[in-house]
Amino acid sequence: MSIEFTVNGTAQVVEAEPLTPLLHVLREDLSITSPKASCQHGGCGACTVIVDGEARRSCLMPVEAARGTAIRTVEGLAPAGGELTPLQQAWIHHYAAQCGFCASGFLMAATAYLEQGGTDDRDAIVEALGGHACRCTGYVKIIAAVQAAARGETFDLEETAVGANTTIKGVER
Amino acid sequence: MFGDGDGTLVVGGGTIVVPNIQLGFERPATALMLHRAGLGGIARDGGRVTIGAGTPLAELAGLPDPVASCVAHIADGEVRRQATVGGNLCAANFEAPRGDLQGVMIALGAHVRSAGKGGERTEPVEDFLAQRAGRLVLDVAYDEAPGAYAYLDRQHTHEYTALAVSAVRGADGIRLAATGAGPHGLRLPSAEAKADDPEAAGRAALADVQLADDAVASAWYREQTLPILVRRALEQLREAA
Repeated sequence: MSIEFTVNGTAQVVEAEPLTPLLHVLREDLSITSPKASCQHGGCGACTVIVDGEARRSCLMPVEAARGTAIRTVEGLAPAGGELTPLQQAWIHHYAAQCGFCASGFLMAATAYLEQGGTDDRDAIVEALGGHACRCTGYVKIIAAVQAAARGETFDLEETAVGANTTIKGVER
Repeated sequence: MFGDGDGTLVVGGGTIVVPNIQLGFERPATALMLHRAGLGGIARDGGRVTIGAGTPLAELAGLPDPVASCVAHIADGEVRRQATVGGNLCAANFEAPRGDLQGVMIALGAHVRSAGKGGERTEPVEDFLAQRAGRLVLDVAYDEAPGAYAYLDRQHTHEYTALAVSAVRGADGIRLAATGAGPHGLRLPSAEAKADDPEAAGRAALADVQLADDAVASAWYREQTLPILVRRALEQLREAA
């Protein structure tokens, strides 16, 4: 069956069985590999993308249900060659990605959370991201990054790269 | 289009059937997808609440307990925006109790309207659950009443609730029902008969259930915790009144 939608603003037409998970269509047919195929039954959030403004598990969504929607993935967060979004910058500064496997799902869920007016309230962030698993257990840093982005903090990533974020509290570099 | 329902897989949000197909547990020849069937939405008429089968679980968050507390503990927000009421009501146990709303709707005295062999049918949730094969849920309706929800908290957002008890003060008395205490949601009539004494009601509830071992809890654990949840639900209901 022919199904059309947009991914990161680009119109796409795919041939797929209607009950194929959107995840597999994105990865296998469109080579958009930021959504990860991990638990594949909704339990980990590694496949989360934004569909019509809402965070969704692409592994649970039949591709037919995505017909006519606007889908966004990490590939579309920052313009090609352009600046990373404030959330992505906070992610780097706070070292919120360790192995990085869960990062795309977390980033899309957090992006939707912030776009819907989410604040730096820790409980609200935990509620919004609570279904996502980070197998490196880097949750503290992930929450710190979302809080920083919610507060509109900006970072000099050049400085981050040389270790500003590893400064021990109270000790001058 | 649904006909007598034979061999047709009904897909609401797909949160249960999509993984099942991927894992090879289901190989549907025909599937009926409801996402554009217009079966979604909540209508309130006087004290009557009617919830369309296609309503995403997230939209139930504003309804009073036991509904709101139950829904807040089903998976996470992303799944709740996709999973539907009809799918949750029809969910069969699989390695763990599923169908969190079954117990809730039984306690609310809800009626299910469904289509299938012999045409449309409206019946209490317990009757529907006993013979749900080949039925397509259209909506579920109940009269608003004060309610409470007591549950075993989960280790992780995604885990199924091992056991939960709903209590509702209906026009004809207090109704109690459990999810996770049998093959589907069950009413607790022995506990209801002692509802004025929460401790006694908790002990009595054990006569009404069919406890089993599964991936999220043992029958032994459920036996220890069911009386506590019944007592808590009744105490919460008392406080809510």
